[in-house]
Amino acid sequence: MVENRPFMTFITHLVLILGVMMIALPIWITLVAASHDEIRMLQAPIPMLPGTHFIDNLKQTLFGAGLSGDQTPVWRMLFNSLAMAMMISVGKIAISLISAFAIVYFKFPFRMGFFWMIFITLMLPVEVRILPTFEVVANLGLLNSYWGLSIPLIASATATFMFRQVFLTIPDEMLESARIDGAGPMRFFWDILLPLSRTNIAALFVILFIYGWNQYLWPLLITTDTDMTTIVMSIKQMLESAEQSPKWNIIMMTAFLAMLPPILVVVGMQKLFVQGLTETDK
Amino acid sequence: MLKRVHFPSSPLPYLLVAPQIIITVVFFMWPASQALYQSLLIEDAFGLSTEFVWFENFAALAEDDQYLGTFWRTAIFSTLVAFLSMSVALILAGFADRVVKGATTYRTLLIWPYAVAPVLAGALWVFMFNPTLGIFPYFLDMIGIKWNHYLNGRQAMGLVIAAAAWKQVAYNFLFYLAAMQSIPRSIIEAAAIDGAGPIRRFWTQIMPLISPTTFFLIVINVVYAFFETFGIIHVVTQGGPANSTTILVYKVFNDGFVGLDLGGSAAQSVILMVIVIVMTVVQFRYVEKKVEY
Repeated sequence: MVENRPFMTFITHLVLILGVMMIALPIWITLVAASHDEIRMLQAPIPMLPGTHFIDNLKQTLFGAGLSGDQTPVWRMLFNSLAMAMMISVGKIAISLISAFAIVYFKFPFRMGFFWMIFITLMLPVEVRILPTFEVVANLGLLNSYWGLSIPLIASATATFMFRQVFLTIPDEMLESARIDGAGPMRFFWDILLPLSRTNIAALFVILFIYGWNQYLWPLLITTDTDMTTIVMSIKQMLESAEQSPKWNIIMMTAFLAMLPPILVVVGMQKLFVQGLTETDK
Repeated sequence: MLKRVHFPSSPLPYLLVAPQIIITVVFFMWPASQALYQSLLIEDAFGLSTEFVWFENFAALAEDDQYLGTFWRTAIFSTLVAFLSMSVALILAGFADRVVKGATTYRTLLIWPYAVAPVLAGALWVFMFNPTLGIFPYFLDMIGIKWNHYLNGRQAMGLVIAAAAWKQVAYNFLFYLAAMQSIPRSIIEAAAIDGAGPIRRFWTQIMPLISPTTFFLIVINVVYAFFETFGIIHVVTQGGPANSTTILVYKVFNDGFVGLDLGGSAAQSVILMVIVIVMTVVQFRYVEKKVEY
């Protein structure tokens, strides 16, 4: 702070606290709704203070029986989401690392051609070319599988770009000394490049995990088998079923469970998250 | 680009780029070229015959009032989302920048909506604004406003914009705060000694100094509003009532998967691709130049 103005300091904190409350309001209402029983959630106005049924609702939601019909239990959806998010993030990091390595450390014909091919993928979000991509996946027989959920989203220009940037900052002397000591390309990659880019990998992982977990349109199209439903896409079906049997306590508990893992990742690894966000987008 | 010291050519680099290239070709370039090709075809309603029609699909779109309406709606929607989320983020970051102790606590409390999936953001807002149960319609009713976004197109649009902007505040806040914290304190102190108050300093010093961030965020926010808000719209309004919240991405999905108009949907995809490419080029030109102080 430049000068001491007690009134301004008061205003500062007031505005920030109001901002935090405004941002947190939707999740507060979700938590409150998830902690009341079904009957209470049908009476307007809905409560603004937490109730006592949080644990009950949690059990009902996680292990089925919460919603009528043969709904997939929520633990299964959580597992599907986790599998998809892990495959997308690990896959993206792995293939981007090796292709950035090839482009920075090898001289070979079509090097720049490959670089531009990867770069083009950055320009086309999956929403834009959704129909033909769906046809490709269907023809390959990948519908309703973890591979179909993750592989089409795995190619990544941003990650390749970022690792290229990281590798370019590593001094040339590293490679020279490694070669004098007789290390081949893969040895150099494992023993020197990977350890040196450890924090970048971690930061990228945080961002990609959230990206993978939050996928919506893609899983919606390629999973017809209810066993493959991810938790994020289940919300839509639940809201639709709410028109007949509105179990808002269960729906909001599911919504809460769906956003909890990525929120924990952001809050728990805040430093890596901020680093990853600024590195990949700038 | 290439290291001065590097490995000699061998089959190894080809193996290393192969996974990425194969995925790029199979899931990106091939589908994109298919979209281009399909945009030049018209298929009859039963999928029995297709006809090559050159640019007829595009011509039809250019004359389709509904499509042009969607274009305008998308423009208004993304402008409002970007403006709303960026101005809230700017105000919050401006105050957070003044805090000496506890700045990180505020940051933690403000950034987490970034992790919420758009469709979940939509679900939370649609619950808060549920016409019979929601807490906001209850209060709005007290001041004489009847809320029903299932019937009222303007209210539906407002709700979608609010949900989309709410989710994006976190991202903008983070970038604005980082930009403000990187301004040297000595500049601000010099102005304070010359007698400029906090508000004057904000407008004449901080705002111009963070203009590169503002520009960067405009591009990012518009891209976000164009593409990533699909989930919000799908869960909150499904494009309704009476198409009042159908934006371009939603229409591509709706015409292709629900209406099964393959040629028309592909033509719309191609137009969207062009928009994305233009935005990406703008963004990268900016990265090259970095707006000067």
